[in-house]
Amino acid sequence: MTKVMSAAEVACSVESGMTVGIGGWGSRRKPMALVRALLRTPVRDLTIVSYGGPDVGMLCAARKVRRVVAPFVTLDSIPLEPHFRRARQAGEIEFVEYDEGMFMFGLLAGAHGLPFLPTRAGLGSDVLRVNPGLRTVRSPYADGEELVAVPALTMDVALVHVNRADVRGNAQYLGPDPYFDDLYAKAARRCYVSCERVVDTADLLKEGPVQSLLISRSMVAGVVAAPGGAGFTSCEPDYGRDEERQRRYAEIPWESWAPEELREDPHEQG
Amino acid sequence: MSRADVCVVACAEAFRGDGEILAAAIGGAVTVLGARLARLTFEPDLLTHDGVCLLTGDVPALGAAPEVVEGWLPFREHLWLVLNGRRHVMLGASQIDRYGNTNISCIGDWPRPRAQLLGVRGAPGNTRCDPTSYWIPRHSPRVFVRQVDLVSGLGTDRGARELRRVVTDLAVLDFGAPGGSMRLVSVHPGVSVAEVLAATGFELHVPANVGRTREPTAEELRVLDRLDPGRVREREVPG
Repeated sequence: MTKVMSAAEVACSVESGMTVGIGGWGSRRKPMALVRALLRTPVRDLTIVSYGGPDVGMLCAARKVRRVVAPFVTLDSIPLEPHFRRARQAGEIEFVEYDEGMFMFGLLAGAHGLPFLPTRAGLGSDVLRVNPGLRTVRSPYADGEELVAVPALTMDVALVHVNRADVRGNAQYLGPDPYFDDLYAKAARRCYVSCERVVDTADLLKEGPVQSLLISRSMVAGVVAAPGGAGFTSCEPDYGRDEERQRRYAEIPWESWAPEELREDPHEQG
Repeated sequence: MSRADVCVVACAEAFRGDGEILAAAIGGAVTVLGARLARLTFEPDLLTHDGVCLLTGDVPALGAAPEVVEGWLPFREHLWLVLNGRRHVMLGASQIDRYGNTNISCIGDWPRPRAQLLGVRGAPGNTRCDPTSYWIPRHSPRVFVRQVDLVSGLGTDRGARELRRVVTDLAVLDFGAPGGSMRLVSVHPGVSVAEVLAATGFELHVPANVGRTREPTAEELRVLDRLDPGRVREREVPG
């Protein structure tokens, strides 16, 4: 019952025009090995759903993106993502710009089969102006409050990276923050998990408590062994962000950076 | 005493009276120091965080790990806390107008901006649901504009829950003028009202008596030396 596959196999299952959710947050525990594998394919016109970081930046730089759905795109220690900025300023991509909390409610709705969830976040701001399709909903109770009806964020494919997983797709985070990876897994038709190390199911509780088992195998279509697979973003406690490598990514023109960085990952199988 | 010390104390003062809620200092070292200084002096029940996801039981120096952890605040809990409202956030802004509408998203027309910035981040929800203050390290007409290019954070005219203070390198401001517009509360020692007006790109309400921002006490300076021995705050506020 193994679901172990290669990053290239995951990437080849993504078709042009699909909606791809990417876990992590900013420049933290992003599934970069899977993103790099996606960059090596001819896929185009993707819609990317992400608390955006270098995942969004790289896919924009490689001209694989038609639309970005995000509340921000940042490299954290470098506040502005250079390739996303360039794509926006060149008018190359569509942007669905949400508040961070709205975005979470979109994921929660997507993960639980609801058409929308109501929230106050977004009311009064230009988020409603730049997303003219957004609708509000009025509470049916005595308060009668008007709220934003955040539509479900669903996706064809979700890509997440965790610290440990077993071959069937039970996935564990060992760092301080789960981010929203479990919601991506539930909101997607197919979720692929890359991990620092594949371990026996019986060993999952050796490194973290049961609460660290973030994603159930019932949500997972494939498991990729990818040591260092979040790099250069952080993957605590296995490693922190590689600030030097990130700085090079941000400063060097994409045309010179990409050929070197997008060689086959040495750790990948298959 | 440096200008940065005055700014940190003014940020701390923004949290006065908040009691047992999270002082979410986000916009830089001066705001983080302000929240921690308030907790260590006149507002001991405040909750402060490590900038990642720990609520700290003690109050560590800038960049240091806490010795005691009293809670967990991963991003998902932080976003729920925004809706709960038991939180006073101090944010940055690339542009702010006279009603406190702020922009951190982009400069120029949104469909194809001249300069893409961060995106709205959590500013819409923060300002709708929580008391919000701002820290602006360079008070200038480029920041204090007649109209922001995109409303990320709500002003008093768009349903902000409560805009408490705007602290800059020159002055302290609030929204106590008629119609909820911006009012000069105090100028920092060595700064004139005329300087503030020249650095503000809209009509600022100046009351008859503009105070002088208070200086740090000896105790506050001692606490600041412990919280920021490397004087990181002075890189944010030169001079």
